[in-house]
Amino acid sequence: MASSAATIAGARPHGRASFVKRVLSGDSLSQAVAFVCAMMILVVTAALVFELWTQSALSRHKFGFHFLANSTWDPVAENFGALPFIYGTVVTSMLALLIAVPLGVGAAIFLAELAPPKLSDGMTFLIELLAAVPSVIIGLIGFLVLVPMLNVVVPSIKDLLGDHAPFFFSGAFYGVSILSAGVVLSIMIAPYIISVSREVLLAVPKDLREAALALGATRWETTWQVVVPYARRGIMGSIFLAMARALGETMAVTMVVGNVPKLTGSLLSAGDSMASVIASQFTEAAGGVYLSSLIEVGLVLFGITIILNGAARLLILATTEKGAK
Amino acid sequence: MKLSFRRKAVNAVMLASTGVCTVIAVGLLFFVLGYLFVQGGFSLNWDFFTKLPTPVGEMGGGMANALLGSAKVLLIATCLGVPIGFLAGVYLAEYASGAFASVIRFVTDLLNGIPSIVIGIFVYTVIVARSGFSTYSGGIALGIMMIPIALRSTEEFLRSVPGSLREGAMALGATKSRTIATVVVPAAIRGLISGMMLNLARVSGETAPLLFTAFGNQFWSPGWTQPTATLPAVIYAYAVSPYPDWHRQAWAAGFVLLTLVLIINITARTIVASGSSHKSR
Repeated sequence: MASSAATIAGARPHGRASFVKRVLSGDSLSQAVAFVCAMMILVVTAALVFELWTQSALSRHKFGFHFLANSTWDPVAENFGALPFIYGTVVTSMLALLIAVPLGVGAAIFLAELAPPKLSDGMTFLIELLAAVPSVIIGLIGFLVLVPMLNVVVPSIKDLLGDHAPFFFSGAFYGVSILSAGVVLSIMIAPYIISVSREVLLAVPKDLREAALALGATRWETTWQVVVPYARRGIMGSIFLAMARALGETMAVTMVVGNVPKLTGSLLSAGDSMASVIASQFTEAAGGVYLSSLIEVGLVLFGITIILNGAARLLILATTEKGAK
Repeated sequence: MKLSFRRKAVNAVMLASTGVCTVIAVGLLFFVLGYLFVQGGFSLNWDFFTKLPTPVGEMGGGMANALLGSAKVLLIATCLGVPIGFLAGVYLAEYASGAFASVIRFVTDLLNGIPSIVIGIFVYTVIVARSGFSTYSGGIALGIMMIPIALRSTEEFLRSVPGSLREGAMALGATKSRTIATVVVPAAIRGLISGMMLNLARVSGETAPLLFTAFGNQFWSPGWTQPTATLPAVIYAYAVSPYPDWHRQAWAAGFVLLTLVLIINITARTIVASGSSHKSR
């Protein structure tokens, strides 16, 4: 047995060839080239982290952790704090989630549980096309169409509320605002929630639904009390992914948020976000502490999105593995 | 057994509202498309494709330089991102195993999740800070963004090729690299091409990293080392300007960009759907 295996191996032209020969034949060489390309990914990512860290050194040393809590952004006095941008990013993203999560999960339930497969596939195709629309085009629509629309709608709502307007709905409204940014972002992230949540819901085993229906549950009770809880971790994952996208989204937000670095409770006021302050001020920053501070804003943004993405992947993985069992 | 009225009502209302959610989501697409096609379609003319932008106040002009600029930037991005991503994907699907593969996969997802503006900062500090705004730095920024998606789609489509094909080729005496090149990759070719097309469609609308790499240019950008106008960056600059004539140009540019992105997208999805008999969607 052993001897016959050796004979076969010896008879193969490439079986026992020397290293040089194998390299010349291209086998090891191609593996090496592929390996180098895979390593490139590690190198680029490491270089990116390294650059963000070293280039923000000036700002990190000058401001320390106070950078995250300082609400002043004054290029003239060279006093920089990221708080207004962190706040703006968080509030616009939360607002976007507030709109997009019910919309997205609702649509995903319809597409996974109710719609006939052909209709569901067609609708999903269209919704995924919406996800492919470049953010600058959503920003264009947001700035030239949505903002003027809100300029008509919001004042009339304010008139209706009169003196009873809550704090987040107070102050003057000029169109470009935290509110507009939240609405525009919700349009951009809803397709992600729909498409991932639908996949997760479709992965829920059929017998669970049949069992619930057999017990006399209505279609909705089956969906809401059996199917959705089973898929909840995957749905959470899709929401985290959408949130990571919303936090890093630049162009659409920059165009409608107003680019004013101030800390305000009102959604109607202009604001700014981490990504949009980088986009709007980076080329103006002559260098030194100003540029370094903007890069540190980028570093903070990078850190937050990494954490969210990691969490999202773990959640989606957990659900799909459960479904596979 | 009769259902209570309340349960029936809740059932009907909630199911209907999920339908409404779907209609809203799909309606948003048609809202975006409708506006772009109407506004953009009316604003578009032959000059748009052949002329340079005019100074403020002067009517007319086009975006020929931005169209060419975008094409050049995307060419560099594709030449950089697709081969690296593809070969790394081949490595992951065919060679790598264990901890190293997991590390690469994890870092790829990480790279994919990085906001595009941060990639822009990276390319700025590494290249632009030394040699100035240029066409090639814009291409490199977009190329970096293409790598993770190229990798994951290559890996996914190669993995869907049945192992028996590989075994068959190797049993005939083919080396591993020959097996991959002549059997595995051709078997997955539809998926690979469509994956690359979707990848290209995604980065062709990217604006943020171009703002401080390719920058912008009112004129033609000869060669590869000058700053250049690109379609998405021009849309941004023109849209936020106060001039109605520039808004008109921005609509036209948005129309052209969106049409390109959607055509690439739909073509790619059709290629996959028509090719796979066992798996679609």
